[in-house]
Amino acid sequence: MQRVIHIFKKEFGVYFVSPIAYIVISIFLLVTGWFFFSAFFLFNQANIRGFFALLPITLSFVVPAVTMRLFSEELHVGSYEILLTMPVTFLEVIFGKFLASVAFIAAMLVPTISYPISVSFLGQLDWGPVVGGYIGALLLGAAFSAIGLFASSLTRNQIIAFITGVAICFSLTLIDKMLFFLPRSLLGLLQYLGADFHFSNISKGILDSRDILYFLSVSFIALYGTYLGMQEKR
Amino acid sequence: MIQVQGLTKYYGDLCAVDHISLDIQRGEILGLLGPNGAGKTTVLRMLTGYLRPTEGTIRVKDYAIDKNPLEIKRLIGYLPESAPLYRDMLVYDYLGYVADIREIDKNRKFTKIRKLAELCGLNEVMHQPIGELSKGYNQRVGLAHAMMNDPEILILDEPTSGLDPNQIAEIREIIRRIGKEKTIIISTHILSEAEAACNRVVIINRGTIVADGSTETLGQSTSQGHLITVALQNADLEAVERELYSIQGIEDISALDEQGDSLEVRITCRYPEDLRGEIYKRIKQTNWVLMEFHQETRSLETIFRSLTKEA
Repeated sequence: MQRVIHIFKKEFGVYFVSPIAYIVISIFLLVTGWFFFSAFFLFNQANIRGFFALLPITLSFVVPAVTMRLFSEELHVGSYEILLTMPVTFLEVIFGKFLASVAFIAAMLVPTISYPISVSFLGQLDWGPVVGGYIGALLLGAAFSAIGLFASSLTRNQIIAFITGVAICFSLTLIDKMLFFLPRSLLGLLQYLGADFHFSNISKGILDSRDILYFLSVSFIALYGTYLGMQEKR
Repeated sequence: MIQVQGLTKYYGDLCAVDHISLDIQRGEILGLLGPNGAGKTTVLRMLTGYLRPTEGTIRVKDYAIDKNPLEIKRLIGYLPESAPLYRDMLVYDYLGYVADIREIDKNRKFTKIRKLAELCGLNEVMHQPIGELSKGYNQRVGLAHAMMNDPEILILDEPTSGLDPNQIAEIREIIRRIGKEKTIIISTHILSEAEAACNRVVIINRGTIVADGSTETLGQSTSQGHLITVALQNADLEAVERELYSIQGIEDISALDEQGDSLEVRITCRYPEDLRGEIYKRIKQTNWVLMEFHQETRSLETIFRSLTKEA
């Protein structure tokens, strides 16, 4: 457990030593801020549903950009060998990196709290859905982090890792919107697979165990895939 | 200390290491020699637990690598080829991170890092990013990394590759200093390095061990005679040949250099005779002036070449 924390601290620190953190956070805030506030005044309603509605799509681009280096860079430089010949287990490595990515996404979401705060000055803001939305955003970020980590463990090329990650996250987000084209018999199943579907439930302020279970199981499956990928390299 | 039994590694269909067995004692400095692609790095990677052997067992002390990999990793300090480190981190931060992962006590951490920086000559670069260091410094950071936990076993994969002669001498000096109490395995394709630093040499070729022994015993194992080089003045080749061929046991005399009346010849003796006394007696009887006289021991290089030459 100690070693998970050390790996976490190192990975999290590296984000802020290099310019990646600042670039990714700036772009994220710019995109979400712009899309949210440009439509906000048209509705004339004091809620931040617009912000959360866009979040799955934004995150499915941003999170893979955060996670793409976690394994690919190590594989490319060769420091992977150094990491694995130190007394650490695969699981410690995976969890350390996973937590670093989740913490980074949390840090990225912190400045957006200014949106509900400024909205609360304009009208009666219901804080329930806001809290739910942030819990959902963290769960979504964790699930996408796990997927991005898995994509990163597959290749030593960061660009490929990014594109693979985006492809998986984006399909999970969009599957919900594509239901119209899909066969009726599969509808229930496919809807259940969509990340957007579960996220929108939570961001309404309803904390359903099914939705939480969904994000946890996506994380688990992706992290287990990462573990298998590491085994495969030996 | 380390027992390796029937170690084999396949990459797909390619057999990189083929049934290698080794027994390494405590305190040995073992040089792993071999041409490029012989399987040196693969062997070391399996010893450090990075790669899983296709077949065979590795035991370090009482631990088996497939059952207690963590315990073995705690005993081993490893410097991979060309020391691939985190380029974004500062040297000091990196060593601190390694100390944390190696579970070095918080109070000892700082003094430990200071001591290693002293030993490896890192004091001037402690606050630079690793990616900006020269190759030599990078290698030294790698060495400091490998020695962080005072490992009982130190495994260095081509520790001096890409360094300039001064740096090579420094790294060798460090190895010699720490080698007194530790078991060290060095892989290299530079033969003089193995001769200078190691007390046991294992030569592998195409994944199998072709020679194993101390540097001296390896020299004797190839049944070739001694080579003697003699530089003379006031002599000509014909007279030298006439005089020396009469000695029993001389197989060949060839001129290396002939300028005016100075002459340098190489004499090949029959194995295993030592004819230096006899040759000197003959030369003393003539009016040749003896400028140089020495016997070469068969170098590791000749052994290496004869053992690893492509068939």
